[in-house]
Formats: sequence, C-alpha cells, structure tokens
Amino acid sequence: MSFLVGAGPVIPNFGKGSACERSNGWFCTDWLHAHWGDTLQPALVQHLWLSAVAVGIGFAIAFVLALVGFRRRPFDAGIGALADFLYTIPSLALFQLLVPFTGLTVTTVEIALVSYTLLVLYRNMVEGLRGVPADVLEAARGMGMTRAQTFRRVELPLALPAILAGLRIATVSTISVATVAAFVIPKGLGEPIFIALDQNLFKTEILAAGGLAVALALAADGLLVLGQRAATPWSRA
Amino acid sequence: MEPCVTVADAFTPHTFVDAFSFIHDNASFLFQKTGEHLELSFAALGIALLLALPLGLWLGHRHRGLFLAVSVSSLGRALPSVVLIAFGLTILGVGFWNNTAALVVLAVPPILTNAYFAIDGVDPDVVEAARGMGLSERQILLQIELPLGLPLMIAGIRIAAIFVIATATIAAIAGGGGLGEVIVNQASYGLAGVVGASLCVSALALLAALLLSLTLRALTRRPGPVP
Repeated sequence: MSFLVGAGPVIPNFGKGSACERSNGWFCTDWLHAHWGDTLQPALVQHLWLSAVAVGIGFAIAFVLALVGFRRRPFDAGIGALADFLYTIPSLALFQLLVPFTGLTVTTVEIALVSYTLLVLYRNMVEGLRGVPADVLEAARGMGMTRAQTFRRVELPLALPAILAGLRIATVSTISVATVAAFVIPKGLGEPIFIALDQNLFKTEILAAGGLAVALALAADGLLVLGQRAATPWSRA
Repeated sequence: MEPCVTVADAFTPHTFVDAFSFIHDNASFLFQKTGEHLELSFAALGIALLLALPLGLWLGHRHRGLFLAVSVSSLGRALPSVVLIAFGLTILGVGFWNNTAALVVLAVPPILTNAYFAIDGVDPDVVEAARGMGLSERQILLQIELPLGLPLMIAGIRIAAIFVIATATIAAIAGGGGLGEVIVNQASYGLAGVVGASLCVSALALLAALLLSLTLRALTRRPGPVP
C-alpha cells in the first residue's frame, strides 16, 4: 500500500517537533496543543457537518417513504428490500462506485451516508406507526378526528419512541461511517487518521482523532437519549 | 494525504463498462484477492463467534448481564472501523493479526447482543414447562431456547458477517491484502480496477447475507433434531 511504503523512517515535522513527537511517543500533549486549531478542530467540525447533513436528509427521505409505506404493504416490501440491499454494500465500495457519477465531491459522500441511514430510519418509522393499537385509532375516529388529525395527534406521538430510537442508531452509525469519507474527500476525522498512517503511524494523531470520533458518536448518542426523554416523558425506554 | 482516487481519470458512467472488462481480464488475480479477503473475514468471524456466542447464550440463559449486552452493542456502533484498524496498527503493528483483531472487535457486539436477546426473550412459560419435564439446564439451552432464539441469533451473525466483509476492505490500509488492496490503490489499477473490485466486494457481502438468510430458512423450516 502506498501510504506505508512511501513513508520513510522519519516522523512528521521532521525534527521540528518536540522530543516526544520525534520519538513517536504514545500521546504527545504538546502536539495536541500545537495542532488542535489547525488539524483536529476543523476535522471535528467537518465531521459533525457531514454527519448532520446526512442524518437530516436521510430522515426527511425516510419519513416521506414511511408515510407511503405504512399504508401500502407491497410498496413497503419493495422499499424494505432496496434499503436492505443498500445497507449490505460495504461503505468503501459504495463511495468508490459513486465516484464515476458524482466525482470526488461532498455529494458522493453524502449520497453514500444517506443510503446507510435509510434502512434503520425507515424500518423504525414504519414499525412505530404500525404499532399503534387498533382500539386507539378507533377511539380517535369515534371522537370525530379526520385522518390527518389522527395521524398528527395520535399516530405520530405514539410512534415517536420508535422513530427516535431509529434516529439514535442512524446518527451513531453515520458518525462512525463518516470516517471512511476521507478516502474520497479530505474532510472529517478520517483525514487526520489517514495522514498519520501515511506519516509512519504517528500515534498521537491517530489516537487523538480516533478518540474524538468515538467521543463524538457517544456524545451524540447521549444527547439524543436526553432529547428522547424530554420528547416522550410518558415512556421510559 | 493523496486521495486514493485521483482526478486524472474521467468520471463517466462508462467506467462501469471498463470495470466489467477489468473483472473479466483479471479474473484470476481478483479470484486470489477474493480468497485473501475471505480468509481474513472467516478468521475474524470464527474467532468472534467462539468468543461471543457462548457468552451471549449463557448470559441470556441466566437472564444476567443486560447492561453488558446493551452497552457492548452501543459501543460497537460508535467505534468507527477506520479508527479500529488504525488503533490496531499502532498497537499491534502491520499484519494479518492486527486486522483480524480489529475485525473481531467489530464482529463481537452484534453477535453477543443478538444471542443474548434471542435467548433472554424466549417465553418463560416454555422454559418452565421444559424444566418441569425434567430437562437439565444444558438441555433447556440447547434443545428449547436455542431453536426458538435462532432467527434473532442468526440475524446478529448476518450483521457481523456484513460488517466484517465490508471492513476487511479497509484493512488494506494496514497491509491486509484482499480486495481492498485494489480499491485503495488507484495508481496501479486505475479507476476501472477500483470500481471493479468494489463491485466484487459488494457481491461478496450480498452473497454472505443471502447465504445466512437461506441457512436460517432451512434451519427453521422443520423442528430441531429430536434427541
């Protein structure tokens, strides 16, 4: 592989860095101080954007599909199979397969990331909407609610825990897959990792960027749990 | 770093035609790379099964370790494969075992969690009835709970298999060989080669998913073996 073969026995900053950097120590805090601003922080912000946009678009698409799918079974089977198929394609391969169409752009990355969110979001939305008990719907109709009112005021709130559970899984896995995006565009937390791999395995950068990616995923998960509790105070799931 | 795909090649849908001719022209080479890919995937999946399956089944049978099962699965989702491979490289160095270890860490959570919930979720009345009939704990686990929990358990193995095959591609950055070696090396194989190898990996993952679905269907069609 070119990254490893190309790298000589020298580490980054070729003699300019501290003793720890030159000996490739496990975790050089001075490197962290020097490069937080120009390397890690921008990568973290880009990573956050890549993931947030993907989850946002994925959520919108999945929601529209779920609106159709939960009333029409045959449509649902088709969408489910397609989403299942997209999910099975390895991320690195999907990124590369899209390159002939959309080039080395953010669009390529976003299309791939969005496809990965679809399966879990769509499944959870449809399951949540279908899980509303029939007698509750009957009661809503008895109260004179229209179909739109029933959907907005009965079905949607009752499906919310399942929808938010899907959102949690989708967000965490998108943050995780977004590190692979650096194969296509030099953005996100994958980029510093690849640079460090290229520079004779500079440990501090790998551990710092990797740790940030994991921390970001766990923090997003924690925030969504809090949001879930606030939005659905009646359920303790 | 240099992007693995360079702008030198034109991006046209025509690349797919070239990719198929690349697959056709380099069939034996790709076959060998697929072999390496499968070797790595099977090793990792095998070790993960040996580690996670007995533990998950046992914990599920005793209805213990809910916290472990849940946190292992959410931690597993939060660990990016690239990060795992890179960590593996810094700790274990370049080679087969670094990649295998990283893939095992990825494969354990879905197998463990699904095995746990598969056994934990078996109807307690059924288990009680089996105990009343004088079956030993071992017999209950193997003859009652295992067949009933099989669909969920195999679903976990299926997720793990897809994960492992997909991530074995990324292992190429750590000198792991396999189809990823072609995908991350456009300089040598051209865009047609990259796309061709990507098609091979996708086919491999889909095939593994299909195979496990068929296995499940075959296993659940009839009741399990009668002792």
